Amino acid sequence: MTRKQKRLSVIAAGLAFLGAATGLTFYALGQKASFFYMPTELQATTLQPGQRIRLGGLVEAGTVKRGEGTQVSFSVTDSEKSVPVTYVGILPDLFREGQGVITEGTMRPDGVFAADTVLAKHDENYMPKEVADSLKEKGVWQDQPAKSGS
Amino acid sequence: MIVEAGHFALVLAFALALVQSVVPLAGARIGEMRLMAVGGPVALAGFALVGIAFAALTATYIQSDFSVANVWENSHSLKPMLYKVTGTWGNHEGSMLLWVLILTFFGALVAAFGRNLPATLRANVLAVQGWIGAAFLMFILTTSNPFARLDPAPFEGRDLNPILQDIGLAIHPPLLYLGYVGFSVCFSFAVAALIDGRVDAAWARWVRPWTLAAWMFLTGGIAMGSYWAYYELGWGGFWFWDPVENASFMPWLAGTALLHSAIVMEKRSALKIWTVLLAILTFSLSLLGTFLVRSGVLTSVHAFATDPTRGVFILAILVVFIGGSLSLFAWRAGSLTAGGIFHPISREGALVLNNLFLTTATATVLVGTLYPLVLEAVTGDKISVGAPFFNLTFGPLMLPLLVLIPFGPLLAWKRGDVYAAAQRLMAAFGGALLAMLVTWLVVDRVTVFAALGVGLAAWMVLGALTDLAQKSALGTAPLGVSMRRLAGLPRSVFGTALAHMGVGLTTLGIAATLAFQSEHITVMKPGDVADIDGRSLRFEGVAPVRGPNYTETRAQFVFAKDGRTLGEISSAKRLYTARQMPTTEAGILTLGLSQLYVSLGDATSNGGMVVRVWWKPLVTLIWLGGLVMMIGAAVSLTDRRLRVGAPSRKARTAVAAASQ
Repeated sequence: MTRKQKRLSVIAAGLAFLGAATGLTFYALGQKASFFYMPTELQATTLQPGQRIRLGGLVEAGTVKRGEGTQVSFSVTDSEKSVPVTYVGILPDLFREGQGVITEGTMRPDGVFAADTVLAKHDENYMPKEVADSLKEKGVWQDQPAKSGS
Repeated sequence: MIVEAGHFALVLAFALALVQSVVPLAGARIGEMRLMAVGGPVALAGFALVGIAFAALTATYIQSDFSVANVWENSHSLKPMLYKVTGTWGNHEGSMLLWVLILTFFGALVAAFGRNLPATLRANVLAVQGWIGAAFLMFILTTSNPFARLDPAPFEGRDLNPILQDIGLAIHPPLLYLGYVGFSVCFSFAVAALIDGRVDAAWARWVRPWTLAAWMFLTGGIAMGSYWAYYELGWGGFWFWDPVENASFMPWLAGTALLHSAIVMEKRSALKIWTVLLAILTFSLSLLGTFLVRSGVLTSVHAFATDPTRGVFILAILVVFIGGSLSLFAWRAGSLTAGGIFHPISREGALVLNNLFLTTATATVLVGTLYPLVLEAVTGDKISVGAPFFNLTFGPLMLPLLVLIPFGPLLAWKRGDVYAAAQRLMAAFGGALLAMLVTWLVVDRVTVFAALGVGLAAWMVLGALTDLAQKSALGTAPLGVSMRRLAGLPRSVFGTALAHMGVGLTTLGIAATLAFQSEHITVMKPGDVADIDGRSLRFEGVAPVRGPNYTETRAQFVFAKDGRTLGEISSAKRLYTARQMPTTEAGILTLGLSQLYVSLGDATSNGGMVVRVWWKPLVTLIWLGGLVMMIGAAVSLTDRRLRVGAPSRKARTAVAAASQ
């Protein structure tokens, strides 16, 4: 092979890699990215059965039921609508009634959201960023004068 | 007084950084030796001044001087001494100061050990280091002053985020920054070469030790961060594909590619332009990581006080440095002489393939990390891109690379022979098949994936050993001869083998943990026994414990098999009094390479406690593999021909010939 052919083959290989990566990326973004919903938005959308989503909002006061086993149930609300959630496992340290939460899982046919992940990724205002943004849009939540986050 | 001295030292350091940015560069342009010689002493003095500022901040933390806003926000008089010291960088301002301290440290190293570099190259490299230093010092002084005072001074501090009150804070950030910022030297070399319009094999030889050192530290920083998250957060996960983790992983992937392409450039004078580009991209990804983590774009344990002006400032730095260096590259790359040509089936060809895999993998991680941010900014839609996305994109790109790794070192330069390499790898292949069969038959007959993972890991470890055996003619020459040959091999050969072995060990840890870990969530009362895969975990009871700045409820467990105690575990729910913040302190029992992980949940209505237990077989290999990679890099660094600054352009050919 001449020098030119060799360079071309390297470029072709590079393009093949890029093409494969692009294809995989588009496929994965279509299939595997989960969307974030607040309860009101969730009621307005139709989900495919088994589609993974994230549901965020506030843990509605007085709805957390721990019972005797490892299953916990609570409702996530955005002060307009609320969605019942069940979860098996240990809730994060900063899970509180009336505070922000993000849950990830699938919607069951009976209207209960079966969460397999409850996220504790938030600052000391107990408000995940996505939830805070959405609640601010709705005017439910105002900025608190807190200096540092975690 | 100490505080003002620290602030003043920082301002002086900024002034010196400006001098360092301009004078050596001007000297190199007009060929004036005396101007070029300014770079070295100024870089050393800059390091000393930032060191003084850093020491001053540490001193105020040790004294718990709450008249300094930064100390008030992030410290407490009751905090243990270790966390008072490490708390210096457990906040935005302090961590940026650590960033600049390490940047000037590398600048000083170039000044101290780069005496053999050509004068113009050294002057240009130091000038580029000066630009980065000046930009970040200006960022600290204008938006993130760690020395701001409070009047009146509060009586007590607000304490450090409890999650950060851990020995991990002493290790993870310094190691990670040594890696991140270490790549700045490669960047400076690349930009200096573009300014000079000249790169050759000697340039690659000078860049390699810096790349290797930065890569070693970054590997350690990532591994340590992963282990810290694993034991501190109480979820038992070792990698979450969190944007913050990706921010450190992308420079690592690009840095790994750079490490390999620099070898080709050094040995064969090929891939010159590509290597320069990779050096720029690697540090650009480090800067991007700094932006993602420090700007408050993401909510995580790493994002401290969020202030929009800071985000905009770092974004401006990002645009100037990445945009500027890439423009310079576009403008000057054409003037660099193109490299030599080679046969596709050769060591060089294998390394090119490695680079293709690694850079496309980096690109997928980049897309997965930035796409949600961009999408939200443009359309307002919020999506989360997590493990399923990366398993589908990063996984398929990484697996073939891992399979191909053992071939690379066995191929000859210029023209390799795949069949010969495959023949030599027969033993390793047999071993891997055996490992696969044993896993499938003995351990688990259900998941083929598990057997494949273990086989792949065995293939990589055995492949690395095969390389050493081949190079020392083990089995073909008498034992004594091959032992002597083994001892006489260049250190870099051992480094390569160890690093590749480390990748294999990490793969084994990941495969074993994902495939064979078992999780048990139960409610336990004192005296209850849970069955964990044929062994028993007895809940002894809970007791309140008071720590220096927290109170905790500590639960005691005994892990036993057939009545024989394997170990005791204590797991706790802790409440830090100053911030009223609860944390979970997972109990971990290490048995051989495996771990039992016990995490406490809430009390149930019938007086029990929710307990989550994981048995994680071979999990420690995930991080031990990282340690082996680090050792490999360290061994390589001690190789004579890579000694920092040692080789000069003339001596190069002789040394290279001797090391073949």
